[in-house]
Amino acid sequence: MNDKYLPAIYTAFALGIAFLGWRIDNAYYLQLLIFIGLNTLLALSLNMLMGYAGQISLGHAAFYGIGAYVTAILTTTYQIPPVLALPAAVGAAMVIAWIVGMPTLRLSGYYLGMGTLGFGMIVHIVLREWSSVTGGASGLVGIPPLSVGPVEFASNKSYFFLVWAVVLAVIIFCRRIIDSRVGRALCAIHDGEKAAAAVGVNTRRLKLQVFVLSAGIAALAGFLYAHLVFFISPGSFGFMASIKIVTMVVIGGMASIWGALFGASLLTLLPEWLHAFSEFEMVVYGLVLMVVMIFMPRGLTRGVVDIYERYRKTHDRQ
Amino acid sequence: MQELLQYLFSGMTNGAVYAVIALGFSMLYNSTDLINFAHGEFVMLGALCMVSLTAGAGIALVPAFFVTVAVVAAAGMLFERLAIRPVRNPQPVVLIIITVGASIFLRGTGMLIWGKDAHSIPPFLDIAPIDIAGARLLAQSVWILVIVTALTAGLHLFYKKTLTGKAMTACAVNKKGAWIVGIPFKWMVLLAFGLSTGLGAVAGASIAPITMSSYDMGTILGLKGFCGAMLGGLGSLWGAILGGFLLGILEAMGVGFVSSGFKDATAFLLLLLVLYVRPQGILGTAEVKRF
Repeated sequence: MNDKYLPAIYTAFALGIAFLGWRIDNAYYLQLLIFIGLNTLLALSLNMLMGYAGQISLGHAAFYGIGAYVTAILTTTYQIPPVLALPAAVGAAMVIAWIVGMPTLRLSGYYLGMGTLGFGMIVHIVLREWSSVTGGASGLVGIPPLSVGPVEFASNKSYFFLVWAVVLAVIIFCRRIIDSRVGRALCAIHDGEKAAAAVGVNTRRLKLQVFVLSAGIAALAGFLYAHLVFFISPGSFGFMASIKIVTMVVIGGMASIWGALFGASLLTLLPEWLHAFSEFEMVVYGLVLMVVMIFMPRGLTRGVVDIYERYRKTHDRQ
Repeated sequence: MQELLQYLFSGMTNGAVYAVIALGFSMLYNSTDLINFAHGEFVMLGALCMVSLTAGAGIALVPAFFVTVAVVAAAGMLFERLAIRPVRNPQPVVLIIITVGASIFLRGTGMLIWGKDAHSIPPFLDIAPIDIAGARLLAQSVWILVIVTALTAGLHLFYKKTLTGKAMTACAVNKKGAWIVGIPFKWMVLLAFGLSTGLGAVAGASIAPITMSSYDMGTILGLKGFCGAMLGGLGSLWGAILGGFLLGILEAMGVGFVSSGFKDATAFLLLLLVLYVRPQGILGTAEVKRF
């Protein structure tokens, strides 16, 4: 994507959101779009870590859960206004990411995947078992709607605008990082950690920083989720939730911001479309994942291009 | 003392099951460098096939056991042929998602075939629990321990004494080298899949009498078996056995002396501990590889 066109793309994106918000009144569609927004945030956060820095995380839902649970506990048990709970939710996730990241990010490959998986499972189990604080398996109810001063984001429409404004802000933020010196250093780590270190990138510190940033964005999504549904339970933040985030990034195409948006949209809509299959829903979902990955291992967006080029090559030969 | 022994017994039973599941992970990782996230689902298939064959079709125990293992191993080989081999550029992330997709697919299939209810079958031999120093050891536990011992001995002999076993070891050591000396690498991978999923089926069929089996039992069993494999050292036969038993026993002790709610956390805490302190596992020697 050419830098020259970026402001135009952002403007088009903002106009698109405004148009959708203006046209759509159906509560179901609005809700769906809000969830696409939340999932886009999650995919963006993991994409920074996985797509750009090349560090896999199979426990990213933990940070999503931490964000949601911190705000839920603060606003229900301690009656703190949501606006004040926001920095606490994001901050808590970032601090935990920093502590966990220090030993974990020294690992690589499958081992890093397993380390993050183990961390995610432990957070999930703590959420489920620490009933006196988290409400246990039945979760927490009565989370208040989000309000900033006199403005209350109680309706689906206002929440739609809020979530997508945040998405746009995070997209711009991520894009700015990627186009900076830090972003180039991240890509260098992705291509070869030793080579990056050899040219003077402090790989360990940078990996930790991007991990913490990524956790912060995921926690922001968790915060927005909690104040959207007013009820949270550990089930939403387990192993499968983590895998779903990874899938969004990979299906959309790694190291691509628009790929994250596309992957998140697809994986949010897919279960809705699959409702038609009722009992076969799981079977079809699993099949779709496998088939896409077998034939388009670089994700759908690039996969289509790859397949077209292969087709053209064989066609030219004839 | 009696309490401790009781926890040890229940830990050993679970540990033996984790060990067999861990073996499945290790065997596959050894010859293919692949972690099969659907492995737990093959354990589920083993358990539920066993239920259908014995309680449903009324087949005698021993043939049912072998048919179960054969069917699940065939399913595993089919999985390799259809979903793993066609991957052109096998990157770990891609393989992780394919196997996760397979696990969702298999869970869905399990739900379609066996429904959402939990099933159980009577123990292999209807004998009263054995009393040792006041602690009770279930007859089924003894069965599981016997099966694990036989499996370990069998696999050890397979890898050390047979040509096929040695060829598989060669693939694990150096793929290109194995290919140059004429080892049919593709068949070895297929065989490794059959072996690994067959082991999963053994674990599933063995626990069918002592737990309730349902379509969603596989994920957590798979993850724990995986923790066991990592604990002992991924890719090592004795490591998988050691890791599985260690995990089972520590978990049982945790339940007995700390809290039962956090039972599942034991495996993952151990996993993190091992990764931070000794990523190659207790018995592993290989260097920690990157993608």
